[in-house]
Amino acid sequence: MPNLEHPAYPAATLLHLESLVPCRESQVSMLLSIFGERQQFSFPSIFIYGHTSSGKTYVMQTLLNTLQLPHVFVNCVEYFTSRLLLEEILIQLQSCSSETEQTSRVPCDNFNDFVRLFKQAVESRELQDQTLYIVLDRAEQLREMEANILPAFLRLQELTDRNVTVVLLSEIVWELFRPNTGCFEPLTLYFPDYSIGHLQKILSQNHPPEYSADFYAAYINILLGVFYMVCRDLKELQHLAALNFSKYCEPVVRGEANERDTRKLWKNIEPHLKKAMQTVYLREISSSQWERLQHDDGEPGQLKGLSAHTHVELPYYSKFLLIAAYLASYNPVRTDKRFFLKHHGKIRKTNFMKKHEKTSNHLLGPKPFPLDRLLAILYSIVDNRVAPTANIFSQITSLVTLQLLSVVGHNDQLDGPRYKCTVSLDFIRAIARTVNFDIIKYLYDFL
Amino acid sequence: MSTCSVSKGCFVFKPSPKKRKLSQKTVNYFRERNNASEDTDLRFVTCQSLWNQIKSETEQIQEDLNKQLFDNLVSFLRRSHSEFQEKTTEWTCQMKSREIPTAALVLGVNVTDHDLTFRSLSEVLQNSITPYIALLEAKDCPGIKNLMQKLMGQLMNCYIDADSLEDEDHVQVSQNRIRCSMTSIISWYQNITKKTDSETPSKKRTSSSRHWQSPPVVVIFKDMESFTTKVLQDFIVISSQHIHELPLVLVFGIATSPMIIHSLLPHSVSSLLCIELFQSLSCKEHLSTIIDKLLLTAQFPFKLGEKVLQVLINIFLYHDFSVQNFIKGFQLCIVEHFYSQPLSVLCCPLVDAKKRLNSLSHDQCENIRRLPSFRRYVENQVSEKQILLLTADNFLKEITQKLLEDLHVYHENYVSVLRCLHVFTSSLPKYPLGKQIRELHCSCLENRVWETEEYESSLQLARMLNKSDLVTMLQQCVEIFVSSSGKEFDKTIEKLKEFLTQFQELEAEAFQEQDGSVSAQKELQKKTDLYHLQKTLLELKESRRSKKLTKFEMLRFEVVDYIDSLVRTYLVPADHKTLHEIMYFNTASVLRGHLNAAPRVALHTALNNPYCYLKNQALKSDGGNISNKAPDICIVYKLHLECGRLINLVDWLEAFATVVTAVEGPNADAASSDQVDDIIHARFIRAVSELELLGFIKPSKQKTDHVARLTWGGC
Repeated sequence: MPNLEHPAYPAATLLHLESLVPCRESQVSMLLSIFGERQQFSFPSIFIYGHTSSGKTYVMQTLLNTLQLPHVFVNCVEYFTSRLLLEEILIQLQSCSSETEQTSRVPCDNFNDFVRLFKQAVESRELQDQTLYIVLDRAEQLREMEANILPAFLRLQELTDRNVTVVLLSEIVWELFRPNTGCFEPLTLYFPDYSIGHLQKILSQNHPPEYSADFYAAYINILLGVFYMVCRDLKELQHLAALNFSKYCEPVVRGEANERDTRKLWKNIEPHLKKAMQTVYLREISSSQWERLQHDDGEPGQLKGLSAHTHVELPYYSKFLLIAAYLASYNPVRTDKRFFLKHHGKIRKTNFMKKHEKTSNHLLGPKPFPLDRLLAILYSIVDNRVAPTANIFSQITSLVTLQLLSVVGHNDQLDGPRYKCTVSLDFIRAIARTVNFDIIKYLYDFL
Repeated sequence: MSTCSVSKGCFVFKPSPKKRKLSQKTVNYFRERNNASEDTDLRFVTCQSLWNQIKSETEQIQEDLNKQLFDNLVSFLRRSHSEFQEKTTEWTCQMKSREIPTAALVLGVNVTDHDLTFRSLSEVLQNSITPYIALLEAKDCPGIKNLMQKLMGQLMNCYIDADSLEDEDHVQVSQNRIRCSMTSIISWYQNITKKTDSETPSKKRTSSSRHWQSPPVVVIFKDMESFTTKVLQDFIVISSQHIHELPLVLVFGIATSPMIIHSLLPHSVSSLLCIELFQSLSCKEHLSTIIDKLLLTAQFPFKLGEKVLQVLINIFLYHDFSVQNFIKGFQLCIVEHFYSQPLSVLCCPLVDAKKRLNSLSHDQCENIRRLPSFRRYVENQVSEKQILLLTADNFLKEITQKLLEDLHVYHENYVSVLRCLHVFTSSLPKYPLGKQIRELHCSCLENRVWETEEYESSLQLARMLNKSDLVTMLQQCVEIFVSSSGKEFDKTIEKLKEFLTQFQELEAEAFQEQDGSVSAQKELQKKTDLYHLQKTLLELKESRRSKKLTKFEMLRFEVVDYIDSLVRTYLVPADHKTLHEIMYFNTASVLRGHLNAAPRVALHTALNNPYCYLKNQALKSDGGNISNKAPDICIVYKLHLECGRLINLVDWLEAFATVVTAVEGPNADAASSDQVDDIIHARFIRAVSELELLGFIKPSKQKTDHVARLTWGGC
């Protein structure tokens, strides 16, 4: 295990830091050596990437806070425009320099202003002798902003001529950032995923005060055994651990087993965890509902999850419109004659098909169709006569707003709008069943 | 109106309440119809008061129906943030990631009704939980920026509302400067909660006793489906980072199914939410309640005829599922009835109607005499009475009063008997007369229900009901009659109760009978000889076929016959009743014209038969041929109907020129020349571009000088 060593910081602080960032020691020591001593100029920009919850944000935050390095920490999702982002950086700079006086907000519309104001802010902070760190979390958002923002941040040190380092944190690789025009290449640093051993170690660290560390570690072991296959998100695992721990303790509390009786405890918790994986982990039922269930000792079967409510009640003609749209989306145009004309004659599928149509249309997904075709199919599948009233047309629009159909192409195209049907086969079969319409008979794929 | 401002600009004036004037205007609309000069004011007032009654009734119904849902929601909101406020020190709470409490509110596809629901929801929440509510609509939030702007605008305004309007200007100015970010919302929230704390002793006492120290901020997404994924994701991610400082609660209004949450949000985002599901009452049930409370009651004198009701119900079931639209249609019926029927002045509670009847003018009496149902009535009278009825106004009024009373009594009885019949028919297999009471109501209004096949078959089925069902049904019927206001039902109740006691007696007898049958069975078991067995079996079968009905069966027949007699006396269709025109609105065609707009049909008639709208005698055409007097666009339209998918512009122009110049006949030399007149050419081009604007044709790239047709068929 690499111990953190750095001449610029006291050993006690470093030791404390090491205890705070388990399993990330090598990355931290790497960062420390890049940062150098407080007054030394560091690399202008550092790019750190790694999968979700591999500790990027956490490590950066603890590192900067523990060593009390001057820094600004901004989440790019939260400050969604460049103006908001730049202003936020300036505000944070001002607020840490002078806590007492609430300086008035300075408008900062572009990067030019930012550089000027940034210099002023740093000057007033009397920080010239220390490196200032600007951490931009979720840096992938920067790509959505003006084209100059990202390159300018990368060489902020050069532009401002101040001792500043920009750290970008992202979940995607640097290659996806690189602008076409080229830019200053940052130093990239990869945070690997936590392994199962790491997860075990980190999760076991925060055990509840009433129970021993070993007891909790055994619990974490079982938890990981169930959930590691589907979820490696540390935060989520921690959440799940907290949710289900009371159930795990139940036999101990009731006195049926003692803390060392691992097998008994495992038998008690394992089915419960599996159920949790199917319900609360998928957010089928909420965690508070889950807790209440646990508390009342009820069966999770009583509570229906979100996916159980798939049934959608639609007006009569909407149902037929949706069926017509589905048929139009999944049947080739040439087959309409065969399905909807009375004396179509026999058409054999094999002769009838072109080569590329041999693949199932359901595998290829819905195809767009014009409004005329939808209405023509509607008129032929509804038994009684349908007048083309405004009500019918407005129903098409409301199906679009309900996301059961989607408009292809421009929204404002008045002549010949094209639609796609976005519902699944199961859904449409359920709908068709309610109006006694055998949809399978009308689908080309199932001939 | 004037302002004290120096600048020239746009000013908005909120209308001051001038209701009197407004209604006066509408009265004039009522008056405008020349043939209906009588009692317009009175009719208008009656119409207004009736509508107000019905409106408050519907609102009451809505409130009652939503109560359960809102109660659940309120308790959810109370729970959502209290847990964390109470026990933040506990280990589990520290370890658990803090999720945003979210209510997924499944409201059904009738999007037009949602507005009202959300309005009453926010009212309820404002009264009980929190003043900080923001209602967001997808169309206002194409990006996260717009969403934040909208959110801040609504939240900060509600702060102003809560704290009197005096410093409005100040906030308006500062709003431009406030940055649209979560931090500003948080600082606003901290300010405001601090403020209410410090102000508690003075004026804030009432509100802070209703809400807690730090009430949650509720953000309602009205139409979850229409929001773009990115906006929702960003908003959820941002707010989840600040959930510790800002107690946020989300409400998703969902029209389809809660699955939409999973399809809109990836797991990494939905894992930030703590979603609980709430389901509102289905719109069909809502409609049933509305029909039950508005139509199947003697409370309101105004009634809907069968056809009209069918139109309204069809629009509901076939097109929109919208209860609001149903009520709007109902309102239209009321207005139309009072507007078009001069005798509707008598469509009011019986007491008022009697008074009004005495002061009716001679013209109105003539109106009564003209009613078809009254004529039928007169024809059935003896001749002296006929003369009296047709000449003496006073006698007519007397008789009318009696007839109105009859009609009133008929209504009261009708409803109770209808419900009673529904009790029977709704439990039969396959529901020959419909499952819902509204279907039964419609078929009873349509014609004599007892003459229909469905009624016959449902009676057949009713004769096969088992005893326990029959008894519970009878009990229900007794309850209906007891609670009804009709006075004639004392005997009926007695009769039904008698039936019930007879059934109980039967039960006692049944024991004895059972013994008998058991002995027969025992006999059967004794017979081991094949011949004897066969013989007894045959005997048994014979006896079963020709067997006299058991007492129970007799009684069952009696009950069914009795119900049948009730139906025949009380469920006479309304249009067989004299003077039904006063109470019933039956012009379905008007309603259909108003509610079932058919734009293409209207356009086609306008272009194909311009006389229909222009009323110019010269345009009166006799079918197929094209008059050159018609507007250019009509000529062009008619010509294009004869073409195929692609239309050659040159041919079209020539045909047009021929038609236009045809009857200008005598100087036919100009027409014979190849050159088309420039003016005609220009008129043609204009007409064609008008057609293009209306969406009948569009320029085509397949062939030069051709346009493509976009419509097919007659309309």
